[in-house]
Amino acid sequence: MHKFLIRSFVSSLVLLFTLTVAAVAKDVKAAFVYIGPTGDHGWTYQHDVGRKAVEDAGFKTTYVEGVPESADAERVLRQLANSGHDIIFTTSFGYMNPTNKVAKEFPNVKFEHATGYKREHPNVATYAARFYEGRTILGTIAGTMTKSNVIGYVASFPIPEVIRGINSFTLAAQKVNPNIKTKIVWAFTWYDPGKEAEAAKALIDQGADVIAQHTDSTAIVQMAEKAGVYAFGQASDMDKFAPKAVLTSVENNWGPYYVDRVKAVANGTWSQKDTWHGIGDGMVVISGLDSQMPSDLQAKVKKLQADLASGKVHSFTGPIYDQKGNLMVAEGKTADDGMLAGMMTYVKGVEGDIPK
Amino acid sequence: MIIDINFVGLIIASIMASAVPLILASCGELITERSGVLNLGVEGMMIIGAISGFALMTVTGSLIIAVFGAMLAGVLISTIFAFLTQTLITNHVATGLALTIFGIGISAMIGKNFVGIPGKEFPVLFEGLKDTIPLLSPILFGHSIVFYFAFALPFITSYFLKKTKVGLIVRAVGDSPESASNQGINVRLVRYVCILYGGAMCGLGGAYLSMIYTPQWIENMTGGRGWIALALVVFSTWNPIKILIGAMIFGGLTIIQFHMQAIGVRIPVQFLTALPYIVTIIVLVVISRDSRKIRLSTPSSLGKSFHKNN
Repeated sequence: MHKFLIRSFVSSLVLLFTLTVAAVAKDVKAAFVYIGPTGDHGWTYQHDVGRKAVEDAGFKTTYVEGVPESADAERVLRQLANSGHDIIFTTSFGYMNPTNKVAKEFPNVKFEHATGYKREHPNVATYAARFYEGRTILGTIAGTMTKSNVIGYVASFPIPEVIRGINSFTLAAQKVNPNIKTKIVWAFTWYDPGKEAEAAKALIDQGADVIAQHTDSTAIVQMAEKAGVYAFGQASDMDKFAPKAVLTSVENNWGPYYVDRVKAVANGTWSQKDTWHGIGDGMVVISGLDSQMPSDLQAKVKKLQADLASGKVHSFTGPIYDQKGNLMVAEGKTADDGMLAGMMTYVKGVEGDIPK
Repeated sequence: MIIDINFVGLIIASIMASAVPLILASCGELITERSGVLNLGVEGMMIIGAISGFALMTVTGSLIIAVFGAMLAGVLISTIFAFLTQTLITNHVATGLALTIFGIGISAMIGKNFVGIPGKEFPVLFEGLKDTIPLLSPILFGHSIVFYFAFALPFITSYFLKKTKVGLIVRAVGDSPESASNQGINVRLVRYVCILYGGAMCGLGGAYLSMIYTPQWIENMTGGRGWIALALVVFSTWNPIKILIGAMIFGGLTIIQFHMQAIGVRIPVQFLTALPYIVTIIVLVVISRDSRKIRLSTPSSLGKSFHKNN
């Protein structure tokens, strides 16, 4: 908290200073609001890498770390909007309502909300990444590399983003290995190394020899390393935390989008839109493949990556059935974005129920 | 499903490992509270221990320096609390809360440069014996020295309080500082020492998380374990052996609920995740409901400031 107070104090000084400067120069200034610390890996870190890309493109940026998804968020947003920022990126789902509320009060400031769906005012845009495409790759690797045919999956919260990831992963794994089972464990946290490690350990003790995760810490890959099973990095390249366990990571790459949007503000071409980019647009990046993967698998993964990028392959291509055997996507069809955005049912082959 | 006996052993071993930080912090806080001081700064002291241990391990490369450094860091931060509550006679509750907030903030600040660095491997003892006895091997062998210390600590603490003179002095100071003072006991000194000891154990509990359990530094990585440790002290009615039981139940249910999920038991997951908290409290309340014993073991002057001259 006191860190935040100091930051607020400093940013108010910056505000006074910039108000004077803003009167002279007409540079575009971008602000970023982060849920966690910038650190060295993970969700917020990747957003900060994007922010640095904006700096490198010649724009001024500010950021505020560790902003809770509460009334605090509104206060921070108001302050940023008041202090001469032209575009504000709010980088967590829980900022959805604060962003829309504050956007109404500052029609001249552009707001960009990550992973949300509410665009209540013309100055609010939303953006997200098709992480499920990355999970198609991970599923392919997991299905090929498993010997026990049991794949563990540590999930965070039962929201469409996470369910979509589980489904996409399982479909891909089944495609290369029809005998696999995906065991899901819900940790009900995005970030608690202790809990994540315990969840992973439970899955490993029950025979899983590949662990996938949809939580943010490196505890799971470290646990996998200790137990001698495989795992995948989340958000950042986690290879250095578990060089033997990590086969590859799905990295979030926001930089190109951020630069694009800030430039649009500078040119006066910014307009509201909903962006959902994947491997093709470079928002989802697959890290280097581990040498333990056989070369034919590596080649297959590279090809799949290219096909997902070009659109030749879609993660959700029919026929897809749900757990009860009802047809979700017909043969030859692919799931549309509406279906993906609201996906709240498991596909066939996933064990257990979605927590309600 | 056929339950393999070694599988049971593995589960018990992971339960014990997850109970270690709780046992360490609770047993430390128990001594502090037995001397009549309520220190709500457990979470803050643990997180300071976590970052200090991790930072020292990274900088010096020595695990011994790191472990003792983490305990020393716990001592140092609890010195602030001791000075405020014992010398300046501030309110225990407010000071303890401030200590937690301070600890979380300062650990994040120190930790800035240590995020994203993989930890070092911590040596384990008796690894060669890991496959010798079914069921018991994974429980008994192949753990860190801190693990063994944590499971000895409740018994040592119990013996210390019941059978040693110093233990009696600590209890006397917690029950009636006035009488103790009249007996010529330096109440302030005893309380200082008990607070610093509590700090050292919390520091060690935090270091266990960042150095052994999940070897990495992440802001806020204690994740509320300090508060659970505090609750364990109260619900165990200041009895170290019951702390051990409570910590095992808590750790056990946390891990078993993951296993139940993985097996596919059809119980709502939200209920399973809440289970450790509910059951730990219920069990401890039930095993401690003897009101006479509660009266005997509750430090009567808990949380009250003591002025020698009033």
